Amino acid sequence: MTKVTLTVNGRAVSGDCDDRTLLVHFIREKLGLTGTHVGCDTTQCGACVVHLDGKSVKSCSILAVQAAGSSVTTIEGLAPQGQLHPVQAAFNEHHGLQCGFCTPGMVMTAVDLIGRSGGDLDEDKVRHGLEGNICRCTGYHNIVKAVLSANEQMHGEVRQAAE
Amino acid sequence: MYDTSYHRASSVDEAVNLRSSHDEGRYLSGGMTLIATMKQRLAAPSDLIDLRHIPALKGISVEGRRVRIGAATSHAEVAASSALRAVCPAISDLASMIGDPHVRHMGTIGGSVANDDPAADYPAAVLGLGATVITDRREIAADDFFTGMFETALDEGEMITAIAFDAPDKAGYAKFRNPASRYAITGVFVAKTGSGVRVAVTGAGSNGVFRHAGMEAALSTSWVPESVASVSVDASALMSDLHATAEYRANLVRVMAKRAVASAG
Repeated sequence: MTKVTLTVNGRAVSGDCDDRTLLVHFIREKLGLTGTHVGCDTTQCGACVVHLDGKSVKSCSILAVQAAGSSVTTIEGLAPQGQLHPVQAAFNEHHGLQCGFCTPGMVMTAVDLIGRSGGDLDEDKVRHGLEGNICRCTGYHNIVKAVLSANEQMHGEVRQAAE
Repeated sequence: MYDTSYHRASSVDEAVNLRSSHDEGRYLSGGMTLIATMKQRLAAPSDLIDLRHIPALKGISVEGRRVRIGAATSHAEVAASSALRAVCPAISDLASMIGDPHVRHMGTIGGSVANDDPAADYPAAVLGLGATVITDRREIAADDFFTGMFETALDEGEMITAIAFDAPDKAGYAKFRNPASRYAITGVFVAKTGSGVRVAVTGAGSNGVFRHAGMEAALSTSWVPESVASVSVDASALMSDLHATAEYRANLVRVMAKRAVASAG
């Protein structure tokens, strides 16, 4: 057993685990943060996406020990005060989900994508940016709408402020 | 996944020493292939030596036309580097086509080149650019590096520290990708330099990445997409699998070569 210490959603946490323990299992089972899902378990579906030091990663394909000393943000960390993050609100408004299983990974991916884009997103770029996330319900259409809407809201405000 | 022991190295020397003291150990870079393979129990290293925290393995330097990419540089960093894009946009474009955004945040150029997956993208760039693979103990020319499917000239315990090359006059990459895995069913990298034209093909060869002499000759005579249209590609040395037959891949080699030349301008 190895003691793994890292920062999750701004809080320092630690737990004992085998070196072979995947980050997603550490998050779900040691920390009880079950918003991060395991879908395919083969790096395909993106239900397990979290941010590792500010970058989206698939937590089913990273060992917890690899993340030691790093800062992790999970879906639970997006709305610490209970008020929805703009991306979550956009998924709600545009009905960007049906069963909801892929949604935590979709939202974490969208937050990363919008953050990196500097506001320069269109439908093609959003669909390309969501390639690592699979949804079996929606056909993606409303997810793309939600991401574009959130992007407009988050970067539109910045643009208005700059003007 | 079978049990394993994790070690985090902070220098190249420490990593190489750790590796040499564990016969069944493996270097771990981004882990986008290795961790998945371990989960399937197709690999069972006794020890993992993490290379992601070694400063000397990170970063991209461009001095004039000379490019050096540290082995632990992620695909996302190669795709986003404006300095690299200014001298060799083809390799940045190639990196932006690997896997998906999350894989590109973790996966590294050194890991991809060392693994030498026959359908990976980077081997085509390294061979097509005539790059030098720099290791902890020597420098290996790309032409000598790739020796077969998942086989390279690396010795036991030898570690790639960087990939270096002179930026070509023109270069382009095009791939026909598997829509599920996003690996190349066939990918072609073309490069034109003062010393000639190089054409490297990945995803298609039954012995891994290879150069195509006929296309190199045709493009040396005339650097236009139409030059490769009539070049014959021998299907007998290509792979057949559930995604594509060897004959289909032979045609894809021509089509991707045309697109790669067109994208190079």
